[in-house]
Amino acid sequence: MTKAAVVAGVVGLVASLTVHGAGSDVELEPMKPDLGDLPSLQRGMTLYVNYCLGCHSLKFQRYERTADDLGIPHDLALRNLVFPRRARPVGMDGTAIGDLMQTSMPQERAKVWFGKPPPDLTMVDRVRGTAWVYNMLKSFYVDLERPFGFNNRVYENIGMPHVLVGLQGIPRLVPKRPKSVDVLDGLDAIVNKRADGEYVTDVTADDELPDGSDPMIREWVADLEVDAETGSMTAEEFDQAAYDIANFLHYVGDPGRRERHRIGVWVLAFLAGLFVLATLLNREYGKDLH
Amino acid sequence: MAWVDERFPLTRAMEDHATKYYAPKNVNFWYLFGALSLVVLVMQLLTGLWLTMSYVPSAEGAFASVEYIMRDVEHGDLIRLAHSTGASAFFAVVYLHMFRALAYGSYRKPRELIWLIGMAIYLVLMAEGFFGYLLPWGNMSYWAGQVIVSLVGAIPFFGADLMEWVRGDYGISDITLNRFFALHVVALPIALIGLVFVHIVALHHVGSNNPDGIEIKDHKDDKGVPLDGIPFHPYCTVHDFQATVAFLFIFCAIMFFAPEMFGYFLEKPNFEQADPLKTPDVIAPVWYYTPFYSMLRATTFPMFGLAAKFWGLVVMGSAILMPAMLPWLDRSPVKSMRYKGLASKIMLAFMLVSFFILGYLGTIHTTDLTTAIAQVCTLIYFAYFVLMPWYTRVERTKTPPERVT
Repeated sequence: MTKAAVVAGVVGLVASLTVHGAGSDVELEPMKPDLGDLPSLQRGMTLYVNYCLGCHSLKFQRYERTADDLGIPHDLALRNLVFPRRARPVGMDGTAIGDLMQTSMPQERAKVWFGKPPPDLTMVDRVRGTAWVYNMLKSFYVDLERPFGFNNRVYENIGMPHVLVGLQGIPRLVPKRPKSVDVLDGLDAIVNKRADGEYVTDVTADDELPDGSDPMIREWVADLEVDAETGSMTAEEFDQAAYDIANFLHYVGDPGRRERHRIGVWVLAFLAGLFVLATLLNREYGKDLH
Repeated sequence: MAWVDERFPLTRAMEDHATKYYAPKNVNFWYLFGALSLVVLVMQLLTGLWLTMSYVPSAEGAFASVEYIMRDVEHGDLIRLAHSTGASAFFAVVYLHMFRALAYGSYRKPRELIWLIGMAIYLVLMAEGFFGYLLPWGNMSYWAGQVIVSLVGAIPFFGADLMEWVRGDYGISDITLNRFFALHVVALPIALIGLVFVHIVALHHVGSNNPDGIEIKDHKDDKGVPLDGIPFHPYCTVHDFQATVAFLFIFCAIMFFAPEMFGYFLEKPNFEQADPLKTPDVIAPVWYYTPFYSMLRATTFPMFGLAAKFWGLVVMGSAILMPAMLPWLDRSPVKSMRYKGLASKIMLAFMLVSFFILGYLGTIHTTDLTTAIAQVCTLIYFAYFVLMPWYTRVERTKTPPERVT
């Protein structure tokens, strides 16, 4: 009986592992952050401060520490990156470098504008992961049914506009092919671009799939296509910008990481050396016992 | 020294507990984890002390203060991560320490009290870990706290009132956080230190067990020194020192390079602040509680008119307390697994495997299949204890040697 139980246990373990692994419905493009790439982090901070901080605070992180860690001189940071939350008395501007990176958007107003204030993003990297942030930034698309005109493939029904649209250009979701070909068997779905830029398919709600279900709720494997000449960046440049912001937020999620890795190597080296000495000492005393 | 000794038994204490305290010369790897538990206890006390200096125990400020420690306090991240990694390390070494006792029969006469005190330490440690887990006030802190405290509510008749009394509120709140803080940093550490002290006093009174499960005090020379004993200091201390350095190497490797331990030591949802309106996808306790949490979830049927949740609490509680009965459940003529029969070995192996499977299942969503597996594993876990009086008596044992090997 016990043997059968162990077999059942092992089988179950394998089964549950595979079930567990199939959790996410959006496939994220992998993204490897690099905390040693200071130019990327500096660009990320620049982009964040200029495009994101207007709404999203980094309320646990300070300008000073960020500037120091990223190798940005204080005066340069103060001139270009630090936007104090409120006006300071004349002559005290310099103290703003020690401020927390709060948004200057009034939270009460934000609640009216967006339904709830835009969340703080200090920890977004640790909660959702760097790859998620990177993919989410690249996944906005035009959706005129949303209040801000955009939706997001990674964060469905996102409650914000596509702030980077001026850089990326206007991204549209282009249905390419039915997600599951075999269920659509017998239906010829053709995707066309209308003169007004909308994408339509000739499959309508009146059509029926072989199993009797409604084809209009079929999911499509769609690609994002950016309208030509609408953004100031090329696709590669925009990928890099998204990478830089995600990389920067990875840094902000746990700013001590790089320093810990630096110290950690020395600590482990010291302990390894100490272990050799401790082993020799132990062996020396061990000789007494035989 | 003489001046001190007239007023305080310093030399005698050193002799009794170190230089003339004799440990069996055949103790092995498994005997290192007691000393390591002590090392981790001291580390936790020190890092905890420093964390208290910057931590703010309030629903308003707790989460922010932890981030303040991680960012603005000089090397605060090291202090905090040492403490969070230390919590897991504590349970790791304590579980290994307990496994040693199971394998070599260290709970048997005359060490019943050492074992019981050890069990008390384990219980206090679990409580300490649970209370401490609420303090960062992350979303998993909040919801795990909510789930575990709600178990109290499953007790029939007065459960709901009791639950309210434990929380001090209608839900986990600022009041709960503050009392958990008080318990975590004052009451339980004092209890822990006291219990560890008597654990060691009791141990030094009867002396260590060893892998052969025989008493070194049975064979003494004419000066009363056990023939198979070696002075604790320096021979065991240098050995423990070596082990401590090795342990610290592993500990620091995790703390510096993988403090989240892939979500097992620090869980992702705990990086966002507690939100009563947003339940994490999977509410799972930290890995060291998951075997018992699995047993709780595996109890899915009501009995005698009482809810399944209540029986889950009973099953979980008895699973935790069951090992305390070991000194009286084990009827084998020998102590050590080396000389016990096949049945004991198989049962111990099965129990361990079930414990690991339960531990893993406790971290994931339940399905019908995982619940069934967890139920089987729970039965095996209990069978190890409940059947012990029978299988330890009927199996064929080997005769242990007179002197240690």
